[in-house]
This record gives sequence, C-alpha cells and structure tokens, in this order.
Amino acid sequence: MNFLDLIWLIPIIPLIGAAAMLLFGRKLSKSAISIICPGAVGASFALSIGAVMQLASLPEKAHQVILYPWLPLLKADMGYLLDPLSSVMILVVTGIGFLIHVYATGYMAHEHGPRHGGFYRFFGYLNLFVFFMLTLVLANNYALLFVGWEGVGLCSYLLIGFYFHKKSAGDAGKKAFIVNRIGDAGFILGMFFLFQLTGSLKFTEVNEVLRSARFGPEAGVFGLLSLTALLLFIGATGKSAQIPLYTWLPDAMEGPTPVSALIHAATMVTAGVYMCARSNALFSLTPETSHIVAAVGAATAIFAASIGLVQNDIKRVLAYSTVSQLGFMFVAVGVGAYWVAVFHLYTHAFFKALLFLGSGSVIHAMSGEQDMRKMGGLKDKIPVTFRTMFIGSLAIAGIPGLAGFFSKDEILWQAYSNPVLGSKILWAVGLCTAAMTAFYMWRLMFMTFYGEGRMDEHTKHHIHESPKSMTVPLMVLAGGSVCAGWIGMPKVFGENGFMQALEHWLAPVFESGKEVAHAAAGHAAEAAHHDTTTEWVLMGLSIGAALAGILLARHVYLRLKESERPSGGVLYPVLYNKWYVDELYDFLFVNGLSLGGGGLMAKFDREVVDGGVNGTAWMTRLISRISMWYDTWIVDGAVNLGAFSVRAMSYPVRFFQTGFIQSYALVFLAGVLAIFGYYWWVH
Amino acid sequence: MNLLDILLIIPAAGFLLTLLLPKDNPALVRNFTLFVSLIAFVLSLGLIGPVQSNPGHMTFETNTQWIEYPSIRYHVGLDGLSLWLVILSTFLTPIVILVSWKYIQNRVKEFYAFLLALLFGVLGVFVALDLFLFFVFWEISLVPMYFLVGIWGHDKRIYAAVKFFLYTMAGSALMLIAIIYLYNKSGTFDMPLMLDMMQKGRLALNGTEGFWLFLAFFFAFAIKVPLFPLHTWLPDAHGEAPTAGSVMLASVLLKLGTYGLVRICLPLFGEAARQNAAWIIGLAITGIIYGALVAMVQPNMKRLVAYSSVSHLGFVVLGVFTFTQVGLDGAVYQMLNHGISTGALFILVGMLYERRHSLEIADYGGVGTSAPWLSTMFVITTLASVGLPLLNNFVGEFLVLQGAAQVNFLYAVFAAIGVILSSVYMLWMVQRTFYGETPSEVKHHVNDLSAREWAVLVPLIVMMVWMGIGSQSFLPAVSAQNAQILELMKKPAAKEVANAR
Repeated sequence: MNFLDLIWLIPIIPLIGAAAMLLFGRKLSKSAISIICPGAVGASFALSIGAVMQLASLPEKAHQVILYPWLPLLKADMGYLLDPLSSVMILVVTGIGFLIHVYATGYMAHEHGPRHGGFYRFFGYLNLFVFFMLTLVLANNYALLFVGWEGVGLCSYLLIGFYFHKKSAGDAGKKAFIVNRIGDAGFILGMFFLFQLTGSLKFTEVNEVLRSARFGPEAGVFGLLSLTALLLFIGATGKSAQIPLYTWLPDAMEGPTPVSALIHAATMVTAGVYMCARSNALFSLTPETSHIVAAVGAATAIFAASIGLVQNDIKRVLAYSTVSQLGFMFVAVGVGAYWVAVFHLYTHAFFKALLFLGSGSVIHAMSGEQDMRKMGGLKDKIPVTFRTMFIGSLAIAGIPGLAGFFSKDEILWQAYSNPVLGSKILWAVGLCTAAMTAFYMWRLMFMTFYGEGRMDEHTKHHIHESPKSMTVPLMVLAGGSVCAGWIGMPKVFGENGFMQALEHWLAPVFESGKEVAHAAAGHAAEAAHHDTTTEWVLMGLSIGAALAGILLARHVYLRLKESERPSGGVLYPVLYNKWYVDELYDFLFVNGLSLGGGGLMAKFDREVVDGGVNGTAWMTRLISRISMWYDTWIVDGAVNLGAFSVRAMSYPVRFFQTGFIQSYALVFLAGVLAIFGYYWWVH
Repeated sequence: MNLLDILLIIPAAGFLLTLLLPKDNPALVRNFTLFVSLIAFVLSLGLIGPVQSNPGHMTFETNTQWIEYPSIRYHVGLDGLSLWLVILSTFLTPIVILVSWKYIQNRVKEFYAFLLALLFGVLGVFVALDLFLFFVFWEISLVPMYFLVGIWGHDKRIYAAVKFFLYTMAGSALMLIAIIYLYNKSGTFDMPLMLDMMQKGRLALNGTEGFWLFLAFFFAFAIKVPLFPLHTWLPDAHGEAPTAGSVMLASVLLKLGTYGLVRICLPLFGEAARQNAAWIIGLAITGIIYGALVAMVQPNMKRLVAYSSVSHLGFVVLGVFTFTQVGLDGAVYQMLNHGISTGALFILVGMLYERRHSLEIADYGGVGTSAPWLSTMFVITTLASVGLPLLNNFVGEFLVLQGAAQVNFLYAVFAAIGVILSSVYMLWMVQRTFYGETPSEVKHHVNDLSAREWAVLVPLIVMMVWMGIGSQSFLPAVSAQNAQILELMKKPAAKEVANAR
C-alpha cells in the first residue's frame, strides 16, 4: 500500500469523526463515542507511521499530494507535503493526540446530560482540532497552513468555552480567539509580503526563490524580508503564547484538562514554532528578525517562569510553564538552531502532556479542586499518577538522561556557542529559567503529593486513583518522557546514527536554510569552535541549576512550616498578579481602545454623521418652510400684488370702459384732436 | 425571448398575479409566491452553464427598442459579474418568503407581492445594459423596500423608510443627471455602445467631465453601498425592517451599489476612478474600522449586524478600487459572501426575535442551552462572518487584502485591523446571547429550530462551506469578466500615450 499518496487521509479521518459526532453524536452511546473518536486519531497515527516509514526510503525525503486548486490566484492548492519536518509533527500530533483521546474517555466519563450535550460535543471538537492541527502541519503552502492555523484557534475557542454556562469559560474562550486573531492578522500580512516577494505561497517554491541568488546579501530587499519575517513571527507570538500575546494561554485553563494537555501544551501552541521552522529559509536570511525572535523567546521564558513560581492553581503553574518552555523553543529558532527547536517541541510534547494529564488525574481525585494549597499528601493515595508525574517533573527540570535534559541543554549550548552578540545573555537567561523551572515544578510536586493533606474530610474520603483509561496513557507518556531525548544526544556523548538520529532526519529541511545563513551572515553557528570542555562545563552548570531549584523547593515547601516561608516582599503580589499585564491590557485595549473607541465612534456616528443627515433633513425642511413663506408672501404675493396692482390700475381705466360706443368715439375724437393740436402747436 | 427575459418576466407576472389573489387566503398567497420564487430560482440555475462556458462575454443578450425617441432600448445581458448576483437574488427570495411564513400576519398579500416586485427590480438592475433601463430598474427596486420597511417594520419604521427612500433618491437624482449628460454627449443610453465608442475614440470625455460624471455615479452608488460617511440610513433601515426586508436589503440591495461601481464607474470613467482612488480607499478603510468599532457597542442585534455590514462593504469598495485582478475578484466574491452570511445572520436574529420578541442583546443569554441547534447555526454563521478559513468570507477577504497589499501595504494593515475587530464584536454578541445562564425574568422559552427553519438555514450553511472550500466553482467566470473591466480601464491611458506621441 502506498501510504505516501494517502497522506491527505491523515487529517480527513478525524474530520469525519468530528462530523459524525456533531451531527449524530447525540444519538450515540458513550461507549460508541469512546471507540470512534480515539479510533479516528489512532487510524491517522497508523497511517502516519506507514507514510513516514515510506518517506524514509525516498531519496528526496519529500512527497507532495495535491487534491485540487483552491485559490489559484495565489497558487494555493489543497495540497499536502510530507517531509522530515512535517513527519515529526504528524507523529507527535497523532501519537500524543491518541493518548490524550484515550485519557479523555475516562476523564470526561462523568460528563452527561442533555444540558451541556457534554460527551459527544467534547469529542467532536477534539477530533475537529486534530483535523485542523494536521492540516496545519501537512499543508504544502502558507494559505492552507493558515486554514489549520485559524482552525485550531477556533477549536481552542470552542473547547476553552466548553462549559459555556460559566462566564469565566466564555470570557477565556473569547480572549483566546481574539488574541490569536491579532497574531493572525500579522501572519496574513506577512504572507502577502511573502507572495509579493516570491510570487508563490508554496513552501517549496518560496524556499527555492529565497535560497536563490536573487536574495543574496546584495539583493537590497533585506528591510522587506525582515519585516516579512517579523510579521510571521507576530503570528507565532499569538499562537505560541509569547510576549506580548501570551495572556490568553493561562486563562485557557478554563477548558477541560485533556484539552489543556492536547491543545495548550502538546500541539497547538507549538504551531508557531513549527511555522518559524518551516520558514527557516526566510528567518536565516534576516538576522535582525532572528535576534528579535531570540530576545522575545528568552524574555518570555524567564517572565513566564517568574509568574509560575507563585501560582497556586495547579493548572496555571503548568500553563505558565508551557509559555516559558515555548520561549526556549523560540530562543532556538532565533539562534538558527531550527532542529533543536523542533527537538524541544517534541520532547516537551511528551512531558508537558504527561504533566497536564497527571494534574487532571489529581483534580479528578480531588473532586475538581485545583488549588494546591488544599492538596498535599497524595503520594500514596494515587500512586500511578504520582510516579508518572514524578518522572515528568524530573524530565522538565532537566535531570540528565531524561527527555527534557537533552533538548533544553542543546538549546542552551546553541545559544551560548552562537557567535552573535548577546548570545551569552541568552544563555544566562536560559540557565536562570532552567533553575526557576525546576523550582516551580518541584514546588508543585511537594505541595501536591508530599506533606500533610490539607483538603476537607469530604474530599479526602473521595480520593481515588483514576481508571485504567487514564493511567495507561500516563504510563506511556512517562516512558516517552524518559526516552524521547535519546535520539538527539549531544555529540560529546559520542556520534552515531541513533544518538543524533533526529538531527540527521531533519537535516534536509534545514540544511539549505543553513547554507543561506552562511552566505548571509558570513559565518555560521556551526563555525563556532566546538569546544568540548566548555560544553561539559555548561552541562554541569545546567544540571547544577536544576538540582538547586529542586532542593530549594524541597527546603521551602517540605522542610519549612508555612509560617516560616519567606514572604517574597513586594515581589510576591507582583508575581502573583502576573505583573498586572492583564489589567494593563484591559485598561488599554479592552476598555480603552475597543469599548471606549467604539463608544466614542458610536456617539460620533449618532451625533455627527447621522446628525449631519438629520441636520440636512432639518435644513431642507427649514428651507422648505422659508420657501413656503416666500412662496406664499413673495412669489404668490408678487402674483397677488400684480393682480392687485392691475386691479388697482384698472380702476380709473374702468371708469372709461363703459361699453358705450358713442363715448369711445367721443374720446377717440378728443384724442385725435389733442394729438393734432399738439403737433400744430409745436411746429 | 431567451431564458433571461423569461426570468425577468416571472417575478413581474408573479407580482401582478399575487395582487389578483383573494385577500382572505394568506396560505394561498404564501404558497403561490413561494412557488413563483422557486421557479425563478430553478430557471436561474440554467443561466450558469452558458455564462461559464463563454467567459468574458455577454450571454443571453436581448436588444430591442423600447422607446423610439429618445432612443431607449430594452438591452439586457448576463456575464460573469452579474451571473452570481442574479442567482444570489433568486436564491434568497424563496428563503425570505419562508422566513416570513409565520412572522407576517397582516396585509399578507401585499407583503409577498412586494417581495416579488423587489426581485423584479434587482434582477433588472443586474442585467440592464441600457443606462436608462438601469435607472428605471434602480428606482423600481426602491419602492417595494420602502413599503416593506414602512408597513411591516418596527416602531420607528416610518422615519427609517423615509430616510432610506430620500437618501437613495438623492443619489439617484445625481445619477440621472449624469445619465442624461452622457446621452447628450453620445446620443445613446446603451452602455456597451458607449464603451465601444470610447474605445474607438468617437466618444471622449475630458478630465473635468469625467470627474463630475464619475462623481455623480459614485455618489449614487456610495449611498447604496453604503460607504462611510453616507451609511447612517442603513442601521435605521435594518433596525426597523422586518426580517425579510433586512435580509433583502443587506444581501441584495447593498450589492446594487457595489455592482454599479464595478459595472459602470470603472469601465466608463476609468481615468477618473484611478485619480480618485486614494480618497475612496481612505473612506473604505475608515468604514471598515469605524463600522466595526461602532458595531462593538451596539446593544441592538440588528443594528450591530448593520454596522458590521458597513465594515464588510468597506472591504468590497477597497477591493474594487485597488484595480487589481485579485482585489476585484475578491470584492465581487465578497459581495456574494456578504449576501449569504449577513443574510443568514439577519435570519437568525429574526428567529430569536420571533421567540423572545426582543432585539436587545441584554435580554438574552443561555440560549445555547435551550436551543442548541439554533446556536450552532448562529455560531457557524458568525464564524463565516468573521472570516474563518474554509468558510466563504475568508476567501473574499483574503483576496481583497492581497489586492490591497499589492497597491499599498498600509491599506492591508488597516483593513486587517478590521478583521480582528470583527471577531471581537461578533464573538461578544455570541457570548452574551448564547452562553451563560438564561436571565431568570425571561418567560418566553426559546425553542429549537422548526422544520421550516431548518429548510431556510441549511441551504445558507451549505453555501458558506461550498464557497469557502470550492471557490473555483464560482470565481473563474467572475475573474474573466473582471479581467475585461481592467482591460477597458487601461485603454484610455494607453491612448493618451499614443496621442502624446
């Protein structure tokens, strides 16, 4: 069977599942839904594996399938491209997506009743999301990528607002959609520029043009290219929750937990990273924009981590952690290490999905409680959840041997060894963030699983381990969190086909990008001395940072009593209130620009524009009144006056008009005599 | 007599026959008019094939004398530009008849008769090639709408109807003057003939003439579109009109304006259009952002949708005045999209009104719980309206933005802000109407869709999806015609160059 020509089926199968759910789901039993929807994603996963295996044997490592032309004016087809980059993405999306679907069958089992149409609607949206996400990563052009891009935003909106009777859920959904749309506007504009510059939206053609000599350093389009890349990056900041558009992601935790895992940790939020990696030819050409990307990434990483230090809602901690980790990925993009960005994306998908699903299992056990201050001591009561989350927390903290260690460390190393000015700062910020990550993750672990239980008796009584459908996915993901990094080990560990498998696999996609980078910047990241001693030292430092973070968390949250813990002074309320950014945005954009501006405009519309119209009508009426008056008194008056004067003048004349011929003859005669007399007198 | 002539006669005959029907049998009136409109729709589908197989040319042309002196001809024809607008009109008429089935209970006969008269008028505008005939149909389309708003509207209906009528009349008066001027100059009302004379150099307008004639036509069309700041009749007319009136107004009548811009202003006064493009685009972009901002604070659903129309129609005008193939294609496509999605929005708002007798957003909430399918349809339509990919508006907006970006990147930037704002006000309305809890004081339960309402909505939703994923079913005919128009616009400039030599 030729899977490569069937890649269009990979997104279509979940779409069929979604359509079936949303149209007939109401009539299906829960067990049927629990088979159909995970099954659809599972089938896509199987197809993906088949296709990727066949791709590996292709010499050119790329395969396109074009269904039909969609927007021929922009050279955008309904076309799909499978290459090493999209193959990694589809495996992550379908593989982890499948596990999350299975988990959700257990997590959402209590969702029932016609009131919220719960179960079937949830799975319908979830499948729809997978469809859009796969469209995003499999598209062979920017326009179709944008379809998936907007589509995942839509599903995110629908799923965050899943409990739509709750106002906070509705608000959060709307916020996510709108903030994403701001980014999307940037993306659209970037896309137009790209079309203008290259005459196509197809990845292959765009890249070909960008890599051609036309866009060498002397081509004189650098300002334009940088702007294009910057606009695309604005799109990425929206989807991947970077400064300044990150605020929607923590609020997105209003959605059910499997959603948080699938959309807001493992897949959708990585779309921005994917898109930038996909546009590597463009970003390699524009060092200025790449610097901005790296700086924004680093700033977001440490900023979000700082907020994560003090949050008490278990899911919010993970949400800020996601924002922070995405920042790491953008650092990698910014320093031109695209494969490392994808590497971290892929390892992060495992451990963050695991942590979210684990937190869902905790919440499940706690009868819906999300506040960590009311947890504690859950270690022995939900052992599977505890053990798997323990692994996940080690992985994200960067403990050697686990997935997060390899990818994060590679980012730090790439940042450090990059010859660009300021790269050491990037590295230092990354290192601090790594320490903070270890701290807040282990704060979460200690507050949740260790110490005394702080929940009320009723909740305590109900604590139970989750069903198999939830724990098995946790265990699989825990396995992934351990092993996923082994295909991207640093070269100092030794070089062979397995240990650097990912880098080699992805090389065809990024290689040509790298060549451009060489040509454009004159020197490459690769050219930096591969100083093994430095690399070992740096590795030691980052392990030290991770251990320090964990130990500090242990000291504060396990050893010290609540009253003895450092208060954090003025910093605490600032961090706890998320640096007041939401308040600032509300003030500036929501109440200020939108509602204020809208209100002002509405007033303007009513009073000035429409006032003008009504004023014109009023003026017209006034003029017509005046005209009427004029007509009555002047025009008609004139007529009447005329008549009157004629009558008046006729008065004496009438005197003569007696009708007697004799009188006329007499007057006539008198007149003739008078004229003759006059002439006679004159001459 | 060809298919197009028959199509024109059907609503006119239907109108007259409806007037002959007994007054005390509303069911008969409804069924009869529905039947007539369906026949018109089915026949209009027969137009597609011939027009598509003959791209860039007039098809179904009839050209006979109407009045000998001054020479006014019954000259009609169909090309890729008018084809889809004709079908949009015939497609929506049975739908609005069904929409009014229960809602209109007094003076039923007149109501449906006026709907058919309206169809007659708009079809005439879309197919007329003689400027005088165009003007006659233009005025015919005005009258039924005046009565639809004035008789069956809400509380302020008389004010709204008069405002609508007078505003449009002001524009048409100028247009009439321009038409007569052109007649005096060329000796004909026939548009293709005029264009031919211009191409051959037998009819030339100097700069001043071109400017004023363009302006007269433009003003008439801009009022109809409506272009900022000539838009204030629209929220009033929409807010007061019955559902069917709002739908026909938004979906079809506004398109008369944009159609006129493309059909008359661009080819006849290409030079003047080019010279004035900058400020017109400025107004269009202002309208996009301004309409969206004002929509955001409207407490009344119909007025909100009306202001969203101002914003969307700004896109159309922007696309037209980019004078690029992409922009113009997008603009024409956007006319159709707006017809479908805004029409559907008005229908849905009307359905809510029939259930709870309020148009105030604040009176709603929690409708999603009691009427899930109605809410689903509303959300899909909303998504189409805000330009979500795979639904219709996206294609149009995307092409228009692309065209704008080709001319001046800042145009695209500002227009894109409008896209962002559209999702703000639409989602906010959805949230306040469908999400949350039902206000406790509400007595009227919101029922879900009835079979009739399904029949109304499904075709619209199908079109939204079809036009979103299969734009190639519609665009080639439009593109071919637009290419011709752009070609016509080029000619005078080329001639001037030749003269200069």
